Amino acid sequence: MKKLDIYQFFGMNALRMCMGIVVFILCVIFYDILSKGAGKISWEFLTQMPRNGMTEGGILPAIVGTCCVTLITGIFAVPFGIGCAIYLNEYAKDSWQTRLIRMAIRNLSGVPSIVYGLFGVVLFVNMFKFGTSILSAGLTLGLMTLPWTITASEEALKTIPNGYREGSLALGATKWQMIRTNVLPYAVPGMLTGTILGLSRAAGETAPILFTGAAFFLPALPASINDQFMALPYHLYIMSTQHHSIVKVRSIAYATALVLIGLVFLMNLGAIILRYHLRKQRRE
Amino acid sequence: MNKVEISNFNFYYGQTQCLKNISFDITSHQVTSIIGPSGCGKSTFLRCLNRMNDLIPGVRMDGVINIDGQDINAPQLDVVSLRKKIGMVFQKPNPFPKTIFDNVAYGLRINGIKDQDYIDDKVQESLKNAVLWDEVKDRLNSSALALSGGQQQRLCVARALAIAPEIVLMDEPASALDPIATAKLEELIVKLKEKYTIIIVTHNMQQAARISDMTAFFMQGDLVEYKHTKQLFTHPDKKITEDYITGRFG
Ligand SMILES: Nc1ncnc2c1ncn2[C@@H]1O[C@H](COP(=O)(O)OP(=O)(O)OP(=O)(O)O)[C@@H](O)[C@H]1O
Ligand SMILES: [Mg+2]
Repeated sequence: MKKLDIYQFFGMNALRMCMGIVVFILCVIFYDILSKGAGKISWEFLTQMPRNGMTEGGILPAIVGTCCVTLITGIFAVPFGIGCAIYLNEYAKDSWQTRLIRMAIRNLSGVPSIVYGLFGVVLFVNMFKFGTSILSAGLTLGLMTLPWTITASEEALKTIPNGYREGSLALGATKWQMIRTNVLPYAVPGMLTGTILGLSRAAGETAPILFTGAAFFLPALPASINDQFMALPYHLYIMSTQHHSIVKVRSIAYATALVLIGLVFLMNLGAIILRYHLRKQRRE
Repeated sequence: MNKVEISNFNFYYGQTQCLKNISFDITSHQVTSIIGPSGCGKSTFLRCLNRMNDLIPGVRMDGVINIDGQDINAPQLDVVSLRKKIGMVFQKPNPFPKTIFDNVAYGLRINGIKDQDYIDDKVQESLKNAVLWDEVKDRLNSSALALSGGQQQRLCVARALAIAPEIVLMDEPASALDPIATAKLEELIVKLKEKYTIIIVTHNMQQAARISDMTAFFMQGDLVEYKHTKQLFTHPDKKITEDYITGRFG
C-alpha cells in the first residue's frame, strides 16, 4: 500500500470506530431501559392515575403534566426565539453591541439548568405571582430553551442565500415583505429542527421545574395552567431516589424513563415529518 | 433628456475605494453599456443605482446620483419606490426557489396586484420578451431551480421586466446564453429602449457595439471614457481604451 492509502485506511477506520462506540453506548442504554421497563408498559399504565402510594397504577398525570409544560415552553420560546433570530440576522447591524448580545446568548445556553430553576422561582413564582404552576415551570423552561431556539433559528436564516434577499428587494419589496415571502418560508424547516431539539431537551429537564411547579404527587390532573403538575422527569427522579420503597417501584421508574424517551422520540419524529413536507412543498 | 445624472461619485468598500470620482449622464430611452476589465467596479456601479449596496455592511459613498432629478441617496427618499421603478438582472442568476410562474409573478404580487388574469398575462408577456416562453410554457408550475443556467438568466430578465420598470439594469445578462438566445435578447433590449432606459454591463465588445447608444469604459474604478458607442469603438480618445477594445490589453 502507498503511504497515502495507509493514512486513508487508518483515518477511515478511526472515524468508523468513533461512530461505532457512540452507537454501541446508545444501544446499551436503550436496551437496558427497554428490557427493564417495557414489560410494565400497558394501556393502563399510560392512562391511569398512580395508586397505592405510587406503587401501582399508571403515570397519566406525569404524561399530561410534561405535555402541558412543554406546550407552554414552546408557545413562549418558539415565537420569541424566532423573533430574536430574525432581528439579529436580518435587521441588526453588525456592531460590537450585536456581537456582544450574540455572545451572551451563546453563553446562556451553557448556564446550568438549576440556575434557570432558581431564576424562575424569583421571577415567575414570586415576582409575577404565577405561583408554583405549569405556567411558571413552562416559562422557566422557555427561558432555558430560548438561547437554543435563537441560535438554531439564526443558523437557519444564515443558510438562505443573499441572492434571495437582493432579488426580492430589487423588485421593490419592503424589508418585511422580503423576509416574509422570500426568507422565512425557506428557513422554517431548519428552524423547526433546532427548535424541536431544544423543546425535547426541555421536556426532559428536572431542575428548572423542581421549584417552579412540579409536584411529588397529585391525586388529580391539573385543571388549569395555574395548578401544580406532575412531570415525567421529576417522577422518574422520585421513583429512583425518593420513594419509600425504591426497589419495589424500580420497574415503574424504568417504564417512566421509556415513556419519556418515547415522547421525545415522537417530538423529533414530528419535526422530521414536518420538515420533510415543507421541503417537498418548496420543491414543487 | 437625462434619466440618471452621476456627479463626483465615490464608493468605498471599507477602506478600499472602488469607484473614483465618477461623473456622467445617462439619457433616457437609450441603451448605455458599461465595459471594462473584471473587477473594475461595473457591478458595484450598477448596484449603486438601485441602492443594492445598502445591504453590504461597511460601505461608504459620497457624491451625487440623481434619477429623474432626485438625489437617490437623500435621507428622505423612499428606497422601495425607487427600486420599483428600476428593474435589475444580477450578474449571478438568482431565481427564487419557487415555481417559474411564481418567480415572474413575484414582483407583481408584492406590489399588491391580485387580479389573476392580469398576472397571467404579464407573466406570459414577460417570459416571451425574455425569449423563454417556448421552453417553459408547459412547465410553468415546476421549480425554477431546475432550469439551466442560461434559462435562469432569462427568467431573471423576465422577472425584472414584469414590474414594468422605467430603468432596467442588466449585469451581463447574456453571459450564459447561446448565440441565438443572445441575439434574441439583444433584439429585446433594442426594442425595450422605446419604453425603458437600459444600462447594461457586458464583457462582449461586439454586443456593446451592436446594441448600445452610449458606452462607458471603466478601469480600476475610474471612468476612462464615455462617448457615443460608434465613436468610442472607432475613434477612442485614449490609448488605453483602444487597447482594451481591440483586445491588446494586459
Ligand atoms: N462585497 C464586497 N466587499 C468588498 N469588496 C468588494 C465587494 N464586492 C466587490 N468588491 C471589490 O470591488 C471591486 C469591484 O468589484 P465589481 O464586482 O464591481 O467588479 P466588476 O467590474 O463587476 O467585475 P466583473 O466583471 O468580474 O463582474 C473588486 O475589486 C472587488 O473585489
Ligand atoms: Mg460584475
